[in-house]
Amino acid sequence: MAEANYPAELLYHPEHDWARVEDDLATLGITWYAQDALGEVVFFEPPAVGTMLAKDEPYAEVESVKAVSDVLAPLSGEIVEVNEALADDPGAINVDPYGEGWLVKIRLTDPPERDALLDAAAYSATLGG
Amino acid sequence: MTPVTELELPLQRERARTIFEKGATGRRAFISPRLDVPEVDAEELLPKRFRRGEPPRLPEVSEPEIVRHYVGLSKRNFDLDSGFYPLGSCTMKHNPRLHERVAALPGHARLHPLQDPERAQGALELMWNLQQALAEISGLPHVSLQPSAGSHGELAGVLLTRAYHEAKGEHRHKVLTPDTSHGTNPATVTMAGLEVVKLATNPDGGVDLDDLRAKADADVACLMLTNPNTLGLFDQNIQEIAAIVHGVGATLYYDGANLNAVMGLSRPGDMGFDIVHFNLHKSFTQPHGGGGPGSGPIAVSDRIAPFLPRPLVVRRDDGASGPRPGRRGSPTFDLDYGRAGSESKSIGRLRGFQGNYGCFVRSYAYICSLGGDGLKDASETAVLNANYLLARLKEKSVAEYLPLAYPPARGAGGSLCMHEFVLSGGPMKRELQIKTLDLAKRLLDFGFHPPTVYFPLLVEEALMIEPTETETKETLDAFADAIAEILKEAETDGPEVAQNAPYTTPVRRLDEVAAAKHPVIRQAL
Amino acid sequence: MLAAIGVPSVEALFDRQIPEAVRLRRPLELPAGMGEQDVFAHLRALAARNVSAEDELSFLGAGMYDHYVPALIDMLMERSEFLTPYTPYQPEISQGGLQVMFEYQTAISELTALPVANASVYEGPSAVAAAGYLAKLHNGGKRFVLSAGLHPHSIETLRTYAHGYGMEVVEVPLRDGVTDLDAWTRAIDGDTPSGAYPEGHTLKGAGRQVSAAIFAQPNFYGAVEDAAALSAAAKSGSAPRDGAAGAGTVNAPVVIAQVDPITLGILAPPGECGVDVAVGEGQPLGNRLDFGGPSFGFFAAREEYLRRMPGRIAGETKDVDGRRGFVLTLQTREQHIRREKATSNICTAQALNALACVVYLTWLGRQGIVELGELLLARTHYARETLSALDGVEPLHTQPVIREFAVRIDADVAAVKRRCAAEGVNPGVDLQAITGREEDRGGLLVAITEQRSRADIDRLTEVLGAAIAATDQRSASKMVAA
Repeated sequence: MAEANYPAELLYHPEHDWARVEDDLATLGITWYAQDALGEVVFFEPPAVGTMLAKDEPYAEVESVKAVSDVLAPLSGEIVEVNEALADDPGAINVDPYGEGWLVKIRLTDPPERDALLDAAAYSATLGG
Repeated sequence: MTPVTELELPLQRERARTIFEKGATGRRAFISPRLDVPEVDAEELLPKRFRRGEPPRLPEVSEPEIVRHYVGLSKRNFDLDSGFYPLGSCTMKHNPRLHERVAALPGHARLHPLQDPERAQGALELMWNLQQALAEISGLPHVSLQPSAGSHGELAGVLLTRAYHEAKGEHRHKVLTPDTSHGTNPATVTMAGLEVVKLATNPDGGVDLDDLRAKADADVACLMLTNPNTLGLFDQNIQEIAAIVHGVGATLYYDGANLNAVMGLSRPGDMGFDIVHFNLHKSFTQPHGGGGPGSGPIAVSDRIAPFLPRPLVVRRDDGASGPRPGRRGSPTFDLDYGRAGSESKSIGRLRGFQGNYGCFVRSYAYICSLGGDGLKDASETAVLNANYLLARLKEKSVAEYLPLAYPPARGAGGSLCMHEFVLSGGPMKRELQIKTLDLAKRLLDFGFHPPTVYFPLLVEEALMIEPTETETKETLDAFADAIAEILKEAETDGPEVAQNAPYTTPVRRLDEVAAAKHPVIRQAL
Repeated sequence: MLAAIGVPSVEALFDRQIPEAVRLRRPLELPAGMGEQDVFAHLRALAARNVSAEDELSFLGAGMYDHYVPALIDMLMERSEFLTPYTPYQPEISQGGLQVMFEYQTAISELTALPVANASVYEGPSAVAAAGYLAKLHNGGKRFVLSAGLHPHSIETLRTYAHGYGMEVVEVPLRDGVTDLDAWTRAIDGDTPSGAYPEGHTLKGAGRQVSAAIFAQPNFYGAVEDAAALSAAAKSGSAPRDGAAGAGTVNAPVVIAQVDPITLGILAPPGECGVDVAVGEGQPLGNRLDFGGPSFGFFAAREEYLRRMPGRIAGETKDVDGRRGFVLTLQTREQHIRREKATSNICTAQALNALACVVYLTWLGRQGIVELGELLLARTHYARETLSALDGVEPLHTQPVIREFAVRIDADVAAVKRRCAAEGVNPGVDLQAITGREEDRGGLLVAITEQRSRADIDRLTEVLGAAIAATDQRSASKMVAA
């Protein structure tokens, strides 16, 4: 994706992770800023379905040619689905970070945590000029 | 200079084929010695269930094919004997060929590491002498030559620090390191079971003292530093830093990567460091060999000495102790394994045998050749060359695109550096649309090895340049001219020339993304 | 030059940058520099005070061996283009070095029958420690189980590193010269193993958290281990998976073998014996003795460990014009990008030594490595037979051996060695001196290379026999006098 983009319907964690919340499920991924900083993603291996995520804790790594970055969980929950397509095409994280580039889906264990997250405007503001 | 794009150079035309794709069934180079012992039933020698089924699929080639293949590969390599190699922090200085000749002497090369010490006195004396020289150069009296490389010496240093604190009944968890530090440092700390805490750099390029004071507490085991640092700057506050660190009972560790700037001029021991590691493959001319081997001896203060790895090379002057009494009056050199078991304070072994002796021979020959005055001269010339190159680059209006990263200009005569300096390619990127990477690739077409790029991470589009004392003024001038010409080319012809460089190397820019996405790390057979 | 810089003197460069308090104002106290001729004479004089394999008939082994290094290796290693460059950070001008690494990785993969290999690490014992670290990162286990048949330097190095990154180490004894399979199985299953816990180590709590199981092949005493059985025992009876939240999940232990590479022409390779990670001392492959270094360590593993492997890896790719080329790849695992999360702190490969290795393996070739193995096998067998026939000599064990074996002699080993030395023969390594084990008292480790002919072995037998007899007589007469 060529231009910085932060969809309004998502919630954001300051460490450059996003969440799409639908009832008690959330889809998670990394933001445009994170994929831009990393460069072209070459490898992503999700944790197993059933793994418990804790808010603010790292749960996986995204690897590019020049760097590896922790992916933090913006919300706590249990993994119910992982994006298997990324094994063959990790570049989807760069091209479509909010769509095809989703990482995992979780069932929330503490839904009120979402109140601590930022909206698109607040997150953009943290990125500065 | 017009880049050549349509015409393929011979080395480019020659496609890469591995040795596994060459040869034919039945070809060979090795002729086995004759089987001269009585034949025994194969099953009795080695039962079938332990035997290999199919032989490994090694090549079947003749000696001329082997020679042609590897000599051919050598021609696809740039090297220090062939050209200028200003890699910052690597100290690419000339490798005298005398060193290969002495290292090849059978008395050194064919000596088994487990030969009885009394029949390896030449080797042990050489190691002892080298230890003494390194102690004098560093200002720290106790030396172990055991670690295999710089990063191995660092691991030794952190393990020593841990052992030192544990012996006092303290369990400290943190190691402080500046954000300009070489990548090895944090990895080493983690392997030693401790945690890295980063320190900020002040606008002058040194350690931020306020940040240090805030973070230096009783949970800090060690501060790991190099001086001059990776920006090529000597930290003026080094004594204050030492006082703060020692004040909380922590140790101070010196990364010897930049020792080439200060030999005979300043000593880490005098600066207050407790542990120093040396890179024999940097300041002491062990050839880099394409990445290795190296050697990373360490020197320590009295309080750290009890924890040194074992064995240690010792000298027994009365000749009466040691494995076998020698003639009275002549020193006996020996390997001391210290006390056994739990009585020993040593951190133990870090590797097999006693270290990379082949590297000791070469480095020792270098130190014998130069002597104390020569080593000081080497450092003086290294610093002179770096400052001259910096000045030339400033003159040629390179500085508007590649300014010195640290510090901002100070005083009459402008900024000075030690043996290396770091430029920032930020302005170049913004104004000429070429990045440090592009500049480096275009330099390849000019016959120079590029400087270190994108390190330290603190500097935007970093370019770290270390000429060493080996280079003549003419070479430095030619390099400055090349940089200026590349920038001019970008100004007048646009960024595409550099962005698509190199043009004249055996292969052109390689797809590193594909290599990481779908790793192919061996020849398929 | 000073004018261009804008300082009055070279001194000024330092006066303005180094605080006076840390400035060295006296000359370094080192001998004065010498010209090349004098340096050469000095280094030659030191060499003359070493008794090398050139000067005596040597049967020393225990990890490094006096193999024949063909002349073309010397020639290639001294070429400027291989000797003097740095790590290939600019791949376009380093295709020679990178392709050598790629070929070396291929050769090691073939030898070990494991699919992935790195471009080399420092040497053998630290390779074992690095493999242990890989296991710890992989499964978060707390303990290493290792065979007493590992090289003593590997055991000690592993203990040093393990203390650093917080692992327990448990040693399983040998029985009849090979790893005691029952004790091995029990140690991995978490029961208290029989055998020694050196230096007061105790098992902390019940803990089925064995991270790695490590053995040597052949072992330090020269014996061929049943590698397949050891691997199977490590995997099968092991702890059930701990399925709860994330951290601390323990799979089967990683099976690590330290292997003598020269045997892999005829010995079943680790990849076919259930081993996950094979490491070892590479010196026997085309490298000199050099009093213990530099050499290289090889490191090969199953595919799933690729992204956790330490050290450098060369990978194949294409350039912008479609030419085949090679680059350093998967560098994010290494020290300089991942920093505190790196898989190790190694930032070099032993590139020049790895070059010697791949050239050597190419020189031996597919047939040659088998023939060499068979030759070593036959001569070692012959040596053990003839030595064991001497009075006062018996084999320490009767397991199959390939290139090295252990005997017990009925006399003081150091005294016997001195008598042999006077005859220009070095009969082998004093076992107890290197292992420190009481049960190795009187032990001698004898190594055979292709440079030790039958005539040499016969001479060893003659000299050793006489030395033992003479030493016995001396002790006997001492006892009578007492």
